[in-house]
Amino acid sequence: MHIHLTVNGQLHEADVEPRLLLVHLIRDVLRLTGTHIGCDTTHCGACTVLLDGRPVKSCTVFAVQARGRHVTTVEGLEQDGQLHPLQEAFMAEHGLQCGYCTPGMLMTGYAFLKEHPRPTEEEIRWAISGNLCRCTGYVNIVKSIQHAAAALAAPRPAGASQGGA
Amino acid sequence: MALRTSPEIGGMGHSLRRKEDPRFIRGKGTYVDDIQLPGMLYLDIARSPYAHARIVRIDTARALAVPGVLAVITGQDLAKYNLHWMPTLMSDTQMVLPVDKVMYQAQEVAAVLATSRYAAADGAAAISVEYEPLPVVVDPRKALEPGAPVLRTDKKDRKDNRIWHWEWGDRAATDRAMAEAEVTVTQDIYIPRIHVASIETCGCVAHFDKVEDRLTVWMTTQAPHAIRTVFALVAGHVGLAEHKIRIISPDIGGGFGGKVPVYPGYVIAVAASVLTGKPVKWIEDRMENLQADSFARDYHITAQLAGRRDGTLTALRITTIADHGYTDAAANPSKFPAGLFHVCTGSYDLRAAHVAVDGVYTNKPPGGIAYRCSFRVTEAVHTIERMVDLMAHELGMDPAALRMKNFIRPDQFPYRSALGWEYDSGDYAAALRKAMDRIGYADLRREQAEKRARGELMGIGISSFTEIVGAGPSKHFDILGLKMFDSCEIRIHPTGKAIARFGTKSQGQGHETTYAQILAEELGIPAKDIKVEEGDTDTAPYGLGTYASRSTPVAGAAAAVAARKIRDKARKIAAHLLEVAEEDLVWEPGKFSVKGAPGKAKTIQEIAFAAYTDHPQGMEAGLEAVSYYDPPNLTFPFGSYICVVDIDKGTGQVHVRRFVAVDDCGNIINPMIVEGQIHGGLTMGLAPALYEEISYDESGNVQGGSFIDYLLPTAVETPRWETDKTCTPSPHHPLGAKGVGESATVGAPAAIANAVVDALWHLGVRHVDIPITPPKVWKLLRERGVTE
Amino acid sequence: MIPAAFDYHAPTSISEAAGLLASLEDAKILSGGQSLIPLMKLRLATPRHVVDINGIPGLAYVVESAGYLRIGGLTRESHLEESPLVRERHPLLHDTCRVIADPLVRNLATVGGNLAHADPANDHPATMLALGAQVVAAGTRGERVIPVASFFTGPFATALAPDEIVVEVRVPVPPPLSGGAYLKVERKVGDFATAAVAVQLTLADRGVCERAGIGLTNVGLTPIKAERAEAALIGRRPDDKAILEAARLAAEAARPSDDLRGPAEYKRDLIRVLTARALRRALERATAGR
Repeated sequence: MHIHLTVNGQLHEADVEPRLLLVHLIRDVLRLTGTHIGCDTTHCGACTVLLDGRPVKSCTVFAVQARGRHVTTVEGLEQDGQLHPLQEAFMAEHGLQCGYCTPGMLMTGYAFLKEHPRPTEEEIRWAISGNLCRCTGYVNIVKSIQHAAAALAAPRPAGASQGGA
Repeated sequence: MALRTSPEIGGMGHSLRRKEDPRFIRGKGTYVDDIQLPGMLYLDIARSPYAHARIVRIDTARALAVPGVLAVITGQDLAKYNLHWMPTLMSDTQMVLPVDKVMYQAQEVAAVLATSRYAAADGAAAISVEYEPLPVVVDPRKALEPGAPVLRTDKKDRKDNRIWHWEWGDRAATDRAMAEAEVTVTQDIYIPRIHVASIETCGCVAHFDKVEDRLTVWMTTQAPHAIRTVFALVAGHVGLAEHKIRIISPDIGGGFGGKVPVYPGYVIAVAASVLTGKPVKWIEDRMENLQADSFARDYHITAQLAGRRDGTLTALRITTIADHGYTDAAANPSKFPAGLFHVCTGSYDLRAAHVAVDGVYTNKPPGGIAYRCSFRVTEAVHTIERMVDLMAHELGMDPAALRMKNFIRPDQFPYRSALGWEYDSGDYAAALRKAMDRIGYADLRREQAEKRARGELMGIGISSFTEIVGAGPSKHFDILGLKMFDSCEIRIHPTGKAIARFGTKSQGQGHETTYAQILAEELGIPAKDIKVEEGDTDTAPYGLGTYASRSTPVAGAAAAVAARKIRDKARKIAAHLLEVAEEDLVWEPGKFSVKGAPGKAKTIQEIAFAAYTDHPQGMEAGLEAVSYYDPPNLTFPFGSYICVVDIDKGTGQVHVRRFVAVDDCGNIINPMIVEGQIHGGLTMGLAPALYEEISYDESGNVQGGSFIDYLLPTAVETPRWETDKTCTPSPHHPLGAKGVGESATVGAPAAIANAVVDALWHLGVRHVDIPITPPKVWKLLRERGVTE
Repeated sequence: MIPAAFDYHAPTSISEAAGLLASLEDAKILSGGQSLIPLMKLRLATPRHVVDINGIPGLAYVVESAGYLRIGGLTRESHLEESPLVRERHPLLHDTCRVIADPLVRNLATVGGNLAHADPANDHPATMLALGAQVVAAGTRGERVIPVASFFTGPFATALAPDEIVVEVRVPVPPPLSGGAYLKVERKVGDFATAAVAVQLTLADRGVCERAGIGLTNVGLTPIKAERAEAALIGRRPDDKAILEAARLAAEAARPSDDLRGPAEYKRDLIRVLTARALRRALERATAGR
């Protein structure tokens, strides 16, 4: 089946079998390897991407279901060489160790902060409960998301651009 | 420990941001499955549904008919090259692919090579195998009974299923102490199988280049050099000499010990690449990972602790049956088949102890060492901390007080334990006191008494553990004969920047940052100016890899020693440049200055430049050094953890209300990274304590073989860990550092288990095996008439 | 983790979808896909045809009209969870959404799919039983309304004909002095229930219970309506004695089996404990603001 879809703002097309999983389209066909695979039962969330702005597990979506839609992967967080505040926050707060679950955490965190700009710790933990991490014990991931929430809420200095988030 | 360098230099003690982060937060890490090479083929593996069965026939016709499938590889094919069996890291033997029979459910049976991932999966699904089931042995105690089927029929001289018997300690003294004891407590403790389940599974891309006659393997491995040597020894006869093998360990998504063993998939992929001359990728699924890769734990322990009525502990006796699955594929130092289990006298001044362990074959996947265990120290600490708590409760003594009474005292270090370890340093009482203060221990005991009077269940559990890491001194430590030194090679460039390579391999521990910080500390070169590399056997100096928390104690020491060699040479160059004698120079991080004339100085950068442009005559140019560090001893990090639980009488659920962890790993390189290690380690302690287990029914069918039933805690189950520290440097380590990666996983389960038993003690509960699941607690409560 | 190959169909109307389902041999509906695709990845389901209904417009909505809360069959669980209407006026349903799988799965999983898949471990079925909901099914013979009490016929089996899709779920708007709660014990977030209970109560003006719905999750081959427990509450004040009696009867109605989540007697006792707790919570909500 021939499909068109937008990934990180760029239009792509591909010839795919209906059974091709979206995560494999992203990784193997489009060569965006930031999205990872960590399980086979839709538990770990390492494959999280945004589908029309909503975080979903891309291992449990067929690529054909994404035709005509917008997919955002971790590679799409950075805009014009500027890291998203969430990416900066993860580095500031040691929110990653091996880095494997990190793209999934970033995509979930990004979508979550758009809907919940002033989250409590409990709300953050609920929001990332579909993303497993083995290295960090989640404490610093929570801190990273809190740090990003504060950064995104901070008033911008006069004259600064309105780009980003 | 006071900071000796500025934040700009970023030596020890600074919480520098990690140098590896920029690529990971952009999704630009390079993990094995990210690698795509032209013409690459894919391998998928068909696996046995039976735990023990003779292979009658493997039918490959349907698989070969799948479009895209190029070949099916069976044990018969590998047997032609004598590659169907391989040695394990414990000098046992393991099947790569079976010829006669399978010995565990999910064992590799045949491999399919195809042009795409999807075709390989279709091919594997199309393999059909005819089996003749054989009697299954899953209980290791039954495996030792006379008349039990002998599983390793491939070993002609084998008459039973006992792999080895190992004992350590003074049996006679221990027997005497037990007999004379005023009080003894005895307990059976089963620590079930768990699996490390790092979020990235195992895999490789094997590429045999026929023109260059070289094999390159990108591999999820924690020990690339050891793997290279093993491959050369195993496959040397098919032409793979060690200089023709390159193992590259790229970014690894978590190791924790699960990426140390050589798995059959790697060997099959290598063989397939050698045969076809094409790159071959093998990436296992999560279910394959959980069901076939190295498990951890599976120790059936009987422990006995003796003491006096006043709470003085005198002796410890432990017997253990170690279930290793069908072959001993653990990765222990070869002299210690039960790893460092004999650190089980723990933090206490026990005068007599004896340990006996029997390794047993069963129809289960092989392994034994993994999951952040420091070579069986998780098992040892769980045992001693449960027994000490049991003794305290039995005597009606506060568990903290009993521990304080028996801790090895600071003035007793270096301390020779009853089982022969020389503990380097420690102040156990200080750590426990700090934990008690942090958590408000006295108030909690008061609260517990009030709640108990109202029928509410609240428990407080302590774990005061001593870890043993940094394997290890060459006198006693080797894996497959390879001594357990580790290495650092530093090269300083003319413009004062540096590159340093190590024999270890980070899987998230932050070596690119922490090693740079060690070198920054020693040389005064800013950490940001030092590039750290690991994992490529073509360039990195030989090392035994990263596991068992050995990187800081061994490779970190090598870094310091190599840096000091450089500093020695730098001093000579500085003396030459400043035209003074070496003894007239004073070092501070980053420069040598003349005593009494601080204005007359040379920075390390100026010295580096001079090493290439103005070195003293008669001296070799350049500024580099190598150290292969043979540690004189292990290091002994320690800590005290206190856990508070509330138990729901209606549902049996255990809620961890608070958990305070005080850790001592000596001098700290990067406090932020150490804290991160503790958070992660505690979560991998919580998981086996309350959630995780891999078990088998009597036919050898795995239970808990996917993430549906193998329960990794999410951010909701995981408490907000409270961490603190004390600092007792290691006297023998060049930096006074001890290592910390596994401490929390070692110490935490006992704190949680002790808290649950503490909550239920007044009801007559003496022990609960982990994982302490709600149905287990519910049953204990209902049996004692406690309900909602 | 690779599904077997299949033919893919993407109808854009209900009648097209029903026509395909009627004519294709061995076809499965792809709705949220969060139950179907995992089964296909393990090759436990290998349908020859997959009929993706996500392209049918007008099937995702949450509105109240004519005395019913009407939920389109393609409504995502997260949409239901985030709906202020549901949170304020249908707390039992809101409770239920929050504990279905995890937040990411809920962005794709659909209400219609949760019911049609009929896994006895799914959460909505017990809640819909407690609410006395109706399923609106559309097929080649048109639309029909199936009361949820007759909807679940066995494990993974419903009263739907092979050509029918769930287009809407209707929940009667509860009268004043109503309250409900869903309590689920799970081994960890994202798991199916070890056991769960859905309760919906309506009190008469004098404080006597005039309607009670109690649904049980994952303690039988289908979701269970605990009718004797319900009957024991009707016409009585829901005091402690009545609650404990209803809880006991609910536990008796359960038909759990032993599995990795726990032994049957544990699950049965959970039903007793959870029913009592859910009843108390439902009562609190019914009388709040009084």
